[in-house]
Amino acid sequence: MAETLLDKVWRAHTVRTLPSGQTQLFIGLHLVHEVTSPQAFQMLREAGLRVRMPGRTFATVDHIVPTASQRRPFGDPVAEEMTAHLVRNCEESGIPLFDLESGRQGIVHVIGPELGLTHPGMTIACGDSHTSTHGALGALAFGIGTSQVRDVLATQCLAMAKPKLRQVRVEGKLPRGVYAKDVILSIIQRLGVNGGVGYAYEYAGSAIEAMTMEERLTVCNMSIEGGARAGYVNPDRTTFDFLRGRPYAPRGAAFDRAVAWWRGMATDLDARFDDVVRLDAGAMEPVVTWGINPGQSVGIGQRIPDPAQAPEADRPAWREALAFMDLEPGEPVAGTRIDVAFIGSCTNGRLSDLRAAAEVARGRTVARGVRALVVPGSQAVAKAAEAEGLHEVFQAAGFEWRKAGCSMCLGMNEDKLKGREMSASSSNRNFKGRQGSPTGRTLLMSPAMVAAAAVAGAVTDVREVLR
Amino acid sequence: MTRDSVRRTVAGRAIPMPGNDIDTDRIIPARYLKSVTFEGLGEHVFGDDRLQDPEHPFNQAAYAGATILLVGQNFGCGSSREHAPEALRRWGIRAIVGGSFGEIFFGNCTAIGIPCVTAAGDDLDWLHRAVAREPAAAMTLDLEARQLRVGDRTVRVAIPDGARGQLLGGTWNATGVLLEAGDGIDRVAAALPYVSGY
Repeated sequence: MAETLLDKVWRAHTVRTLPSGQTQLFIGLHLVHEVTSPQAFQMLREAGLRVRMPGRTFATVDHIVPTASQRRPFGDPVAEEMTAHLVRNCEESGIPLFDLESGRQGIVHVIGPELGLTHPGMTIACGDSHTSTHGALGALAFGIGTSQVRDVLATQCLAMAKPKLRQVRVEGKLPRGVYAKDVILSIIQRLGVNGGVGYAYEYAGSAIEAMTMEERLTVCNMSIEGGARAGYVNPDRTTFDFLRGRPYAPRGAAFDRAVAWWRGMATDLDARFDDVVRLDAGAMEPVVTWGINPGQSVGIGQRIPDPAQAPEADRPAWREALAFMDLEPGEPVAGTRIDVAFIGSCTNGRLSDLRAAAEVARGRTVARGVRALVVPGSQAVAKAAEAEGLHEVFQAAGFEWRKAGCSMCLGMNEDKLKGREMSASSSNRNFKGRQGSPTGRTLLMSPAMVAAAAVAGAVTDVREVLR
Repeated sequence: MTRDSVRRTVAGRAIPMPGNDIDTDRIIPARYLKSVTFEGLGEHVFGDDRLQDPEHPFNQAAYAGATILLVGQNFGCGSSREHAPEALRRWGIRAIVGGSFGEIFFGNCTAIGIPCVTAAGDDLDWLHRAVAREPAAAMTLDLEARQLRVGDRTVRVAIPDGARGQLLGGTWNATGVLLEAGDGIDRVAAALPYVSGY
């Protein structure tokens, strides 16, 4: 019988059916960072257990690291303490740690694929909701909580129920100035922020097939914003070419054997899905959020919607969102003034993202009064960008060029909004208070759109800047 | 499994938290995650929302001591932080009744012994109204019977079989059960090409 990648990966990793009816699923790659792991290591100690397969877990520091100066000890004593705990836990357990001196540190979902740790057909878990990112390589990757981090450390397994599968087909060719970020924001706009609850998403169709690996990573990254715990793209030539030569990818004859296995894990041609939806890439435009969840968005040419025209059940939420954002229904979203521009995050902190933003920033100047940050997703991304001179392009335009970390995506380090500041952000969440100020506001968009907003001082159609 | 870990019923008063898509950043803002423990999270639950809204349910004396949280759709979406259910638990919440839940949040609640159950839209609306009218109303969530009993009214609730099995069986801390697979774990690992080096 024809099977999906989800079926095949699930079957290959099933240890047994648990008394609860859930599956005991083997986890092939476990990634940990400093925020959601210390309590898990402590629980393990209290239970008298050790890490079962330390070679299948890798660690880095990303959420709390400062991005201005990364010299230790950090100025923030709590950040220093959390880092010290991770270092000690990794040393005691024999878990490899990509620390700030390694040259391989970065946002956990940037370095996994970059180092070739992420392989097609794998199960992956990490105490971070954006673990879905790794699905871009054809892995089944789940965000988990701290108790489950404990479970994986102790047993290399999770107790899980198999999700249903929805194929999201994006067909056609993306117009210039429309990016992978706009594709995933369009998908979430269409299916809703809870449309994926109970499902994994298989992204397919000619537009997805034509994407580079970095673009696919952006799409899969925000699966969780659509409610889907996992999202993946079937492994293909793009995947294999991406992995070849990476530090943790197989080499030589082993690579060829791996490709054969990876290819076989892809969804069969006539496989069935629980649901299929189709979107037209050619009709997409740059997307900007206007509200307080990633589904509240419009195309750059559109106006802020009127709650009076919302489905009745959504009206209170739309009113709450507009009141928080201080935006007027009926006004064009273009022209919305911004105070901060943030380019980075596990969604859009890779080299191609920085190139797209630099194309806009080159020869232009950040508008007066706008604070603009570019934060590479990893030390390797920073090095590659600097080798191309991108940092100089940004600096000449008035952007700050920072060191690798999660930065202003989530307000757990020194990079935060202040007061009611309005941020144009290439990150993944526009939740109330997300960027570090309880009353701060976020407009999500692609990195090129953020760069255009930084230059104009207001939300702007990047296609007009690129023309 | 211990006798203490079995979750059959949760009894007490309820606190309503209306609205859909309430994310875990709102339940516990990220700055409170800057710690290597979960201690003290209870006092910061909905920290920023409460500062901005004196009428927030978690600010109202009438709901102090509630054990059952009533929510809307997609509660707990967003970040995987287990600090969110831990903050609710440390405030006193022992069960959550809503329309739907963010999946990672649902799993995290189950993993610390907090059942998240869903009720049909009409029933949920009625529950929110009933508790707003009478905060002192006593209710009992019965996981075995899949019921929420409020006075003389019984509301049907649903929970996926796997999570229900873990809560009723006292195995929501999954580590012990997973370890029982023993060598079975190693056999599955050994059969995976990427574990053996392809």
